[in-house]
Amino acid sequence: MLIADAIAAPPSDWWAIAPQLVLGGTAVVIILMICVKRVDPGWNALVAAVGTVASGVFAWEQWRQVTTDANPRLAYSGMIAVDGFSAFLVLVVCVAAFLGVLLADQYFKREGIDRGEYYALLLFSACGMQFMAAANNLVMVFVALELLSICLYVLSAWNRDDSRSQEAGAKYLLLGAYSSAILLFGIALLYGGTGTTNLARMAEIFSENVTREPGLVLLGMVFVIVGLGFKIAAVPFHMWTPDVYQGAPTPVVGFMASGAKIAGFAGLFRVLETGLAAFEFDWQPLLVGLAIVTMLGGSILAIAQRDVKRMLAYSSIAHAGFILTGLASGTAAGVRGALFYLVAYVFMIAGAFGVVALLARRGERYTSLDDYRDMFRREPVLATVLAFFLFAMAGIPGTSGFVAKFAVFTGVADAHQWVLLTVGTVASVISAYFYLRLVVYMYMRPEVDEGEAQPAALPRVRWAPATVVALVLTVFFTIQLGILPQGLLDMAGKATLLF
Amino acid sequence: MKLNLFLTLSAFLFCLGVYGMLARRNAVMILMSIELMLNAININLVAFGALHGNLTGQIFAFFVIAVAAAEVGIGLAIVLLIYRNRASVNVDDVDLMKG
Amino acid sequence: MQLGDYLPIAVMGLLALIFGGASYVLSGLLAPRKPTPEKLQPYECGIVPEYEPPQRFPVQFYLIAVIFIAFDIEVIFMYPWAVRMRDLGMFGFALMGSFMVMLIVPLIYIIREGVLDWAPRRRHSRDELIARYRAEHEAAAREEAA
Repeated sequence: MLIADAIAAPPSDWWAIAPQLVLGGTAVVIILMICVKRVDPGWNALVAAVGTVASGVFAWEQWRQVTTDANPRLAYSGMIAVDGFSAFLVLVVCVAAFLGVLLADQYFKREGIDRGEYYALLLFSACGMQFMAAANNLVMVFVALELLSICLYVLSAWNRDDSRSQEAGAKYLLLGAYSSAILLFGIALLYGGTGTTNLARMAEIFSENVTREPGLVLLGMVFVIVGLGFKIAAVPFHMWTPDVYQGAPTPVVGFMASGAKIAGFAGLFRVLETGLAAFEFDWQPLLVGLAIVTMLGGSILAIAQRDVKRMLAYSSIAHAGFILTGLASGTAAGVRGALFYLVAYVFMIAGAFGVVALLARRGERYTSLDDYRDMFRREPVLATVLAFFLFAMAGIPGTSGFVAKFAVFTGVADAHQWVLLTVGTVASVISAYFYLRLVVYMYMRPEVDEGEAQPAALPRVRWAPATVVALVLTVFFTIQLGILPQGLLDMAGKATLLF
Repeated sequence: MKLNLFLTLSAFLFCLGVYGMLARRNAVMILMSIELMLNAININLVAFGALHGNLTGQIFAFFVIAVAAAEVGIGLAIVLLIYRNRASVNVDDVDLMKG
Repeated sequence: MQLGDYLPIAVMGLLALIFGGASYVLSGLLAPRKPTPEKLQPYECGIVPEYEPPQRFPVQFYLIAVIFIAFDIEVIFMYPWAVRMRDLGMFGFALMGSFMVMLIVPLIYIIREGVLDWAPRRRHSRDELIARYRAEHEAAAREEAA
């Protein structure tokens, strides 16, 4: 018989999902606000920002409790894990969502497509990312992933009269749904091999009896890696990334590049490190290979790009490769480095896309490399900020990018994986080339043909307060994590210990 | 053995979906292929649930059905958006951005 | 499995048959009949069309279809609960209640957005429309006479 005989109400551990509840609740409040009366979407943005901060406060409190007194625990019949890893990443998602909200308002007003629903969808998506970070069950992984992805499909097509945005939405949707199906097939096979979707229980089963249906489990594992590889844009599965990042509205890209990647890595870390820890010798070589092609592929393909958004898309692929390296090293130091890298990456990518959104002007017309010529003279402040983020991404010492790469490579060196280390270094050098090339372009004079009229000077970019706050925050943390990284490194270290 | 039959059927349908996804050029057909893949997985989940004698597989299938509905709803909306703009749902025509 | 288990299904089928048959027969017997040429046409639905319908059809119907899919599917989460409702008690009821609330919020949103309005908002009163229709008809009749 399949029917359970006694049904007891499981204890409700509201505290365990407080950050997610706050974010989801805020999104519902925003929708109700819209139902009551449409006001200026800036008010919706304000509510959304307050919601993300509140969610962050809860996540911080969770983090404090988990790391100081309470032990890590499972809640909701093993659906949700409350440990350092989840609390840490939930907090990072709050940061990404906060930056996403701050950068959105000015852009959407400029494009004339500001609607309050944007913030509701963004928060729902962030809610899915947080659930992903805390998921301890494959059902939860799938539902959270779909929650965040479906919202992102809509957000990428947000500028619905712009055919590039439509195209981005369609491509993201078709390939995202395809990858979800592949991931789901892997999950079904894992369930078939073990009889459970609970990752902690799965690990117990493997420790009791490793040989139970290894074929199904291995096949399932490969499918899961492929499915999540799509989400984090690892190289053989990265085809959608440049098109989506180029076409989607830039603030959406900033949020998508940071948040979706956090969630994808959270799922990957959790499934592999918790559920399939017994198969480490099987998945580690896969990840090493994936990391190598991702780092090299992202860096090399970025060189050929003439569009700045597209170039940043390939750069985000390369970053995914560096983060994967930390996981592939299989050491605690490597995972710590990867978590640190994720945080540093969130600030860098959100800031960089924030600046690009401002410089692109109405209709996102100016995003090609040539449009960035002479930017230091035309927009000195923005150009300096962008150059700073590019330096950070290239890994110049004194920025968070350097510390992040250093932390990841320390883990790799600990594991004596010299191939990975060499390729990582080479890829860093290659990627430095195209970052610095953009900086050089911003110094160059515009090309003007003989007899052609001087192009009319564009009006100065105007700054909205929210954008200023977001850029100041991202710049501040990129410097701060570059100079005084120890606090966050310790946090990341604790986050990995409490698996 | 009975389970093998279900798994074979599921794998066959899944592969059919993958083929449709890769070979079809019509966006609506691609969405249908994805539906086919998801439903193949549902068969898999329910069959495994029966094998292991627990309910997880069936409950999971419910979630998959609900998620698939949401996905296809959004998918059709986006495809319609493109159709309105270009009077075509052929994915080969959706190629503004390349490189 | 005992055959008796299927009895409710058989009764259900019988009832459906009786209801369907009875409505058909009774409406044939009781309904008033005032045939006009239009009503006797094979596909009688409303007014006689004067021109072929345009190729486009309103996109709103598609939106309603999509929304229907979403809301339709949510019902599957109610079946397991309905089967074990008594055992799940207040806990299950509260959970289902919160689930329903989560469904009602988008419904309110949809209604406020006007997705469920079948036709464009009526801008003219009924009398105005009738008056305009009459005027057009009279003009057409005069043209024919001329």
